[in-house]
This record gives sequence, C-alpha cells and structure tokens, in this order.
Amino acid sequence: MGRITLDKVSKSFGEVEVIPPLDLTIDDGEFVVFVGPSGCGKSTLLRLIAGLEDVSGGEIRIDREPATHLPPAKRRLAMVFQSYALYPHMTVRKNIAFPLRMAGLDKAEQDRKVEEAARVLNLTDYLDRRPGQLSGGQRQRVAIGRSIVREPSAFLFDEPLSNLDAALRVGMRLEISELHARLKTTMIYVTHDQVEAMTMADKIVVLQAGRIEQVGSPLELYRTPKNVFVAGFIGSPKMNLFSGPEAAKHDAHTIGIRPEHIAASTTEGTWQGRVVVSEHLGSDTFLHVHDTGLAEVMTVRVDGEFDVRHGDSVFLTPEPDKIHRFDAAGLRIA
Amino acid sequence: MSTKASRSAARAMISPSVLLLLCWMVVPLAMTVWFSLLRYNLLMPGAHPFVGLENYQYFVSDPAFTDAIVNTLLLVGGVLLITVVGGVLLALLLDLPIWGQGIVRIMVIAPFFVMPTVSALVWKNMFFDPVNGLFGHLAKTIGVQPYDFLAQAPLASIIGIVSWQWLPFATLILLTALQSLDSEQLEAAEMDGAGAFARFYHIVVPHLARAVTVVILIQTIFLLSVFAEIFVTTNGGPGTASTNLTYLIYKESLLSFDVGTGSAGGVIAIILANIVAIFLMRMIGRNLDA
Repeated sequence: MGRITLDKVSKSFGEVEVIPPLDLTIDDGEFVVFVGPSGCGKSTLLRLIAGLEDVSGGEIRIDREPATHLPPAKRRLAMVFQSYALYPHMTVRKNIAFPLRMAGLDKAEQDRKVEEAARVLNLTDYLDRRPGQLSGGQRQRVAIGRSIVREPSAFLFDEPLSNLDAALRVGMRLEISELHARLKTTMIYVTHDQVEAMTMADKIVVLQAGRIEQVGSPLELYRTPKNVFVAGFIGSPKMNLFSGPEAAKHDAHTIGIRPEHIAASTTEGTWQGRVVVSEHLGSDTFLHVHDTGLAEVMTVRVDGEFDVRHGDSVFLTPEPDKIHRFDAAGLRIA
Repeated sequence: MSTKASRSAARAMISPSVLLLLCWMVVPLAMTVWFSLLRYNLLMPGAHPFVGLENYQYFVSDPAFTDAIVNTLLLVGGVLLITVVGGVLLALLLDLPIWGQGIVRIMVIAPFFVMPTVSALVWKNMFFDPVNGLFGHLAKTIGVQPYDFLAQAPLASIIGIVSWQWLPFATLILLTALQSLDSEQLEAAEMDGAGAFARFYHIVVPHLARAVTVVILIQTIFLLSVFAEIFVTTNGGPGTASTNLTYLIYKESLLSFDVGTGSAGGVIAIILANIVAIFLMRMIGRNLDA
C-alpha cells in the first residue's frame, strides 16, 4: 500500500500546458518532496494526485489500482493544506472527527480515534477549542490530526509550514519527520524551500516549469546535480556558477563551485577579489566577494574566526575535485 | 492617535451631529407620544383634551388590530423565509462559473432598484390581473379559470411581491459571503469524504450563518414597515385581509383623520418593533460576535 505511480501525466489549463507528460514512481513509505520555484507546477502536481484537479492525459495508479478518474474521497489520501483549511465553526474534536463522521463510523469509535490522534499530537488539552483560538503551530497539528485519523495510504502536504514563523517551522519540520518515522506511511510534501526538502526528504523531485529536472536523494542532488538549474537550486547559500575562460580551462561551458568548497586566505590563492559584505553567523561567515573576474558575486563560506571587512582583498582557492562542470546545454559533464 | 487631546477633540467634533440626530429622533418621538395621549381628531376642530390611555384602549380593542398584528408577522416571516432560502439557492447558482456571469448578476440584482410603488403596480396590472395579467393569460391558454390573486389571496400575493423585491438583496449579501468561503475548506471536506450535500450542510451553511443573520436583521427592520405595496395593490383589503400595522396606522390617522389614535398605534408599533428586535438579537445576534 501507498505506492503511487504517475504514467505520462500531463495537465493543461486551456491552451497553457502547465505540466508536460511526466513519469514518476513513489514507493511505499517514502518521504518524497516536490521542490521548485513558485509557479513550477508542484502544487498542481500534488492536486492531480489528490484528485482535486483532473488530469489532461496519462494515468495515475495508487497501490497499483488505476485512480485517474476516482473522486478524491475514494483515493484514500489525506491532504494538509497551506491554509490548514480547518472548519472554523467546529471544535478541534469535531474537526478531527469530521472524516470519520463522513465515513459513518459509530460515535465511540470516532471518540477513541480522535483521543488517540490528539494524544500523539499533544492536542488533548485543546480538543474543545475552536481553530480561531489556537496558535499557528497548533492549527497545523489539528490539520495533521484530521488527516491521520483516516489512516490514509499516503499523506499529501501542500506547503504546510509556509504560514509559520521561522522558529516554529523548524519545530514542525522535526515533528513531521518524526511522524513519518513512526507511521511509515508514504508522504508527499510540496515546498519551495530547499532547506525543508534537504532535511526531510528520502527522495527529492526538483521541478521547473512542470518538468522534472532531477529525482534523487538529498545528498545525490547535492553531490551530483544533473544540470545547472538543480545545481543552483539545491544548497544554501547557492552554488557559484560562472562561464568564461576559467570554465574553458576545465573543458566546460559553465562550472560551479559551492561556497563551502572554496578556501579563503588573505595572502595567497588561485583567484583574487574584494570583500563587499561579510555575514557573520557565529559558527560560519559568508563572504560576498566582487571583482574576481569570474561571477559577479562569489559567495564563500569561511570559518567564523576569519576576520575580513568590507573592501579587504581576499584570495580564493577551490577544492579541485568539488568543481561541477556543465556543457553548453547546461547538462552535467561526468 | 488616542491622546487625551485627540479624544476630546473627537468628542467636540462629533457632538453637533450627535445633537442633531438626537433632536431628529427625540422631537418626533416625543410629539407622537404626546399626541397619543390627546383626543385629537381633525374632523373635530377645537380643543384637544388630555384623555390618558383612551386612544391606546381604542386602538388595541379594534378587531382590525389583531388582524394587523397577525398579518404583519405573516408578512415578515413569509418574506424572510422566501428570501433567505431562495437567496441561498440563487447565490449558489450565481457562484457557478457560467458564461455571461456579469450580465446575469446585474439582472438578478435589478428588482432591488425598482421602487416599491412601481413594482407593486407592475405586479398588480401585468401579472396578477385576471383579465390582462400574464398569469391570467397563462391560465386561459391551458384552459383554467384565471385566479384573482389580489382578491382571493391578498396577503400571499403581497408576500410574493415583497419577496421579489428583497430576494436580490438577500442574494447579493449571501453571494458575497459565499465567495469569501475559503475554497481549500471545501476541498479539504471533499478529501475527507464529504459529498456535495454534506459539504453544503457542514461547511457552506455554517459559513453563511453570519450573512443570513445580517439579512434577517436588516430585512426585518424594513419589512415591519411595508406600506407602498399594500397601498397600491389591495388597500389593505378585502376587509382587513392584507392590512398590516403600518397600514392600519395610516388608516386611522389619514383616512379617519384621528391623529390621537394614529399616534397611539405608532407608539405600539415602536414597542412591537423593539420586542421583535430584542428577540432577534437574542436568537441570532450572537452570530455577529467573534
């Protein structure tokens, strides 16, 4: 259970094709993250899987059963929406019980399941409140509670953390990861935040303009990005990408080097530049270096103790085996 | 923004309008109450002696009074029922993506802009009239005796006319409420296994509760004082079959020229309206909190 296969699935809104035919397999129990810039079609793809949008072509199979034309309720999937979509006039208890009530479970069974979900999600004290009286994180947990009581074959999350503040987001990220570890149910998670993707996913699907750019584990994408887009999208701060004579030296059209794979020195190195901004995070310092003759700005991660200021000259040396090479079409050269 | 100076300035600035409004309300009210305690009939010029509550006694013991109260409540209740139920259904229809949506919406709202006298005349002469009316023609084409709506079902006919006028208002308010419903909630309910009817009952109806409250409160205020429609169509008849409280007061003071009794009726109407308002606020006013 919980295996989802997309076979040449495509979606057009009128004349506009937002998702050209794509194939994707999500294995049972996997935590898959769809990541991409806004408007890349990741939410649409999720809604196609949920059945909230009709596919324009292709086939969706859930647990090997064809599900392309099943209504959302019959797909045994649960979805957590960006706005949480809690029912404002119902108490937390009734919100969580709603899918059970719709399924026609008897009252005692409903109560048992709601209590259990509330216990798992630390919501027991809030069961008789309404969504309006809860904090963002608690609402998020109610939305998750409403989806777990149904015991779905897969969970779908549509940017669930984007309405939370930074501290809560980190906390909820952990909670969702723990939930996945405990339930071992397939989860599909949509986000534009590559940090969420890297930290939570078993498998990341990078999308751009409705096309899958690369599918792989977080470290695979980090170590061997298939193309310039993935190289620039995955990793924080972004990879330095540049073309020109320096790239030609490596027999490539474009080369890329991550900020953490460049050593900086005030005395000697391969490239020279001028520090414009240094961002001190305590443990690390990010240098934004101009006038290197490579990219307009080179970002370098150095040790927190490295002391340079605006206008200082700095020398940069890349780790030679960490240079990514790409051809003129932007594809990786092995 | 709320320093001591700004607050006292604000108080000084609004006091003229408050005073004006106060006079506007208090003076006519006081005069009505005063007239209601006098024997004041325009057909009997001369002194207007103070008679205490005689006018009230006379007005309340008039057999037409009970009829008028019942008719008023039937009129308000009937119109509210039709406009709220019909308004919800129309709003649901208008919320669907259809071709020519803008034009359809304007046409649906149009009756609200027709003044009551005109719409009542249109209904009376072009629809209800058994000889020249559309309904009469329809009845004749299918070979049925035309039904004289205003003579045989006067109150129901007036309820129909007033509902036709107020349906657009209810539809408009309910449509905007419907459009403010988060579509993700409906999608969530759909994924939770709720069918179309369950979604309507569990999600849409509670969401509309507040808008329905507003519609009921506002319409009640206006429906308690329906006059033009009755005046133009039935003149409160036959007998008192379509006389409501407003029309009865009109009859007393302007057809019988009895200012004293008419004023007493006015005061009673104010009291009744307030009783209804208190009930309404108690029953549904809490929907407006939060």
